[in-house]
Amino acid sequence: MATHLVVAEHNNGTLTKATLCAITAADKAGGDVHGIVLGQGTAAVAEAMAKYVGTVHHAEHEGLAHQLAQPYAKVIADCAASISATHVWAGATAAGKDLMPRVAARLDAGMASDIQEVVDDKTFKRPMWAGNVIGTIEVTSAKKVITVRPTEFEPKAEGAGGSVSAFAADPGESKMSFVGFDAVQSDRPQLGDADVVVSGGRGVKGPEGFKDVIEPLADALGAAIGASRAVCDAGWVPNDWQVGQTGKVVAPDLYIAVGISGAIQHVAGMKGSKTIVAINKDEEAPIFQVADYGLVADLFKVCPELTGKIKEIKG
Amino acid sequence: MKFLVTVKRVTDYEAKIKVKADKSGIVTDGVNMIVNPFDEIGVEEALRLKEKHGGEVVVVSIGDKDATQQIRSALAMGADRGVLVTSNDAELDSAGVAKILEKLVAEESPDMVIMGKQAIDGDSNQAAQMLAERLGWGQATFANTVTVEDGKVTVIREADGGLETVSCTLPAVVTTDLRLNEPRYASLPGIMKAKRKPLKEVSPADLGVDLALQVVVKGLEEPPQKSAGQIVPDVATLVDKLQNEAKAL
Ligand SMILES: Cc1cc2nc3c(=O)[nH]c(=O)nc-3n(C[C@H](O)[C@H](O)[C@H](O)COP(=O)(O)OP(=O)(O)OC[C@H]3O[C@@H](n4cnc5c(N)ncnc54)[C@H](O)[C@@H]3O)c2cc1C
Ligand SMILES: Nc1ncnc2c1ncn2[C@@H]1O[C@H](COP(=O)(O)O)[C@@H](O)[C@H]1O
Repeated sequence: MATHLVVAEHNNGTLTKATLCAITAADKAGGDVHGIVLGQGTAAVAEAMAKYVGTVHHAEHEGLAHQLAQPYAKVIADCAASISATHVWAGATAAGKDLMPRVAARLDAGMASDIQEVVDDKTFKRPMWAGNVIGTIEVTSAKKVITVRPTEFEPKAEGAGGSVSAFAADPGESKMSFVGFDAVQSDRPQLGDADVVVSGGRGVKGPEGFKDVIEPLADALGAAIGASRAVCDAGWVPNDWQVGQTGKVVAPDLYIAVGISGAIQHVAGMKGSKTIVAINKDEEAPIFQVADYGLVADLFKVCPELTGKIKEIKG
Repeated sequence: MKFLVTVKRVTDYEAKIKVKADKSGIVTDGVNMIVNPFDEIGVEEALRLKEKHGGEVVVVSIGDKDATQQIRSALAMGADRGVLVTSNDAELDSAGVAKILEKLVAEESPDMVIMGKQAIDGDSNQAAQMLAERLGWGQATFANTVTVEDGKVTVIREADGGLETVSCTLPAVVTTDLRLNEPRYASLPGIMKAKRKPLKEVSPADLGVDLALQVVVKGLEEPPQKSAGQIVPDVATLVDKLQNEAKAL
């Protein structure tokens, strides 16, 4: 029978939603599901994860204070070996994408990235070519490493609760060191978790456009803010707001694309949203092909009006 | 410093991708092929680091004979020489790419391997990290800024929630993100010179690599098409539809 090890990602002491989605995916493959929590001062995270899986392996070590792929991969692979794990899972977040191929190489496991469906315990479906193609792939090696597209799986619900067991971590020799982290300061919901996302593109014209038009609309909706690549490249907004094939994948209940043309690379990151609204002055813009509701208009005129109407409703 | 930079031959990001009727692959007839955009950024970064620190830039592609074009593009940008590892793409997974590169690294002894964060065809985002682990080297993925100093590479990385700075002792593997640089265009003299730059061909067998697949593509399909939405005349209608039809407000 399959034995799964799900790698926890945590943020300021809380388990991420992407981790819970990875647990759901592991469940679908059938078998025992374990978790691993790495870090320093992470007892609370291990306790939290035990509500979702049978056993949590808690790898506490000062050498694991920051997620660095080299020491993390070693400890995860050691833990996987100790429980004879057949599958190792994580969310397909920036952190998961950095770390998990390294785990795969260490375990000599084949890897399926960013899967959207578990067909069986060795077969998975995943988007390729910016979501233009869905590939069915089989991981033929004995051990398998999988990262999970969080928007395609429901987060696992809290269950009866398992146990936490200490794992004696040996991070080994590492050629990598952590220097610093420059966090994007924001009081808005996280892009990946938000129910509503308002995204701006080059049509917003500049950082002032984001301040004057996008932010008030997002505030009225309690929304997270996203952006197209063009806008991130221009430095108008933080890079980690980029939605798309090579940025974040989001699937909120409501996605409002403002001044975004709808290149396939952008659409790849938002087409799973429940309701999509596009505001663009060019009626030929490809974004209208994926939008449920399109408004052909000058965004500087209609966005303030929309913001006003929403405030009235939410008032 | 010596830089080993990978360039994958991929479908143009502007091409309309269609799946073959038998689901075995995509239709490539009439589809323009390019250097993977992330790899072009990698070539540019290597050239800039070479301009600063001196050294050599070696570009590698793994693929069929046609991948020579992508190597020549990198040579035209200014890379010094190329290596083509002849292989049919269908017979290759990311672990295979990493195994081939591991052997080339042993032959070439570069100080840094620069790769793309992902190939825009398979969207795997795996090969570089796998290589780093096989070599026991440090890795700095999704690089936004790369600085080399005192036998170390310090990289500002595009992470979730902000920018992370990590440092690796050399040799190390670096992968590029979109904001790292803007690749130069090849000049006409550059293109002429590229024709005469050395380009070596080897096979995986020459390198002694066993390419047993760990990941097999069973079939490809096109995703279901979304049905067309509606154009609304004004904000009032939009709000009404969002409230009463989509129940999204
Ligand atoms: C390797 C690679 C990876 C990429 N990855 C991503 C990715 O992950 N995410 C991503 O988004 N892109 C990505 N791209 C870029 C993508 O191809 C497009 O270039 C980009 O999405 C375009 O951004 P945009 O829509 O903001 O700009 P544009 O295409 O310039 O569109 C601007 C739009 O604004 C409209 N507009 C202008 N003024 C107004 C106004 N006053 N009112 C209303 N509308 C107005 C215009 O009609 C136009 O449609 C990638 C590209 C490559 C090559
Ligand atoms: N066939 C190949 N030839 C050269 N480089 C490759 C090849 N496949 C992958 N790579 C490199 O590995 C990076 C990541 O690819 P992937 O893991 O396939 O998304 C790419 O950006 C390339 O730099």
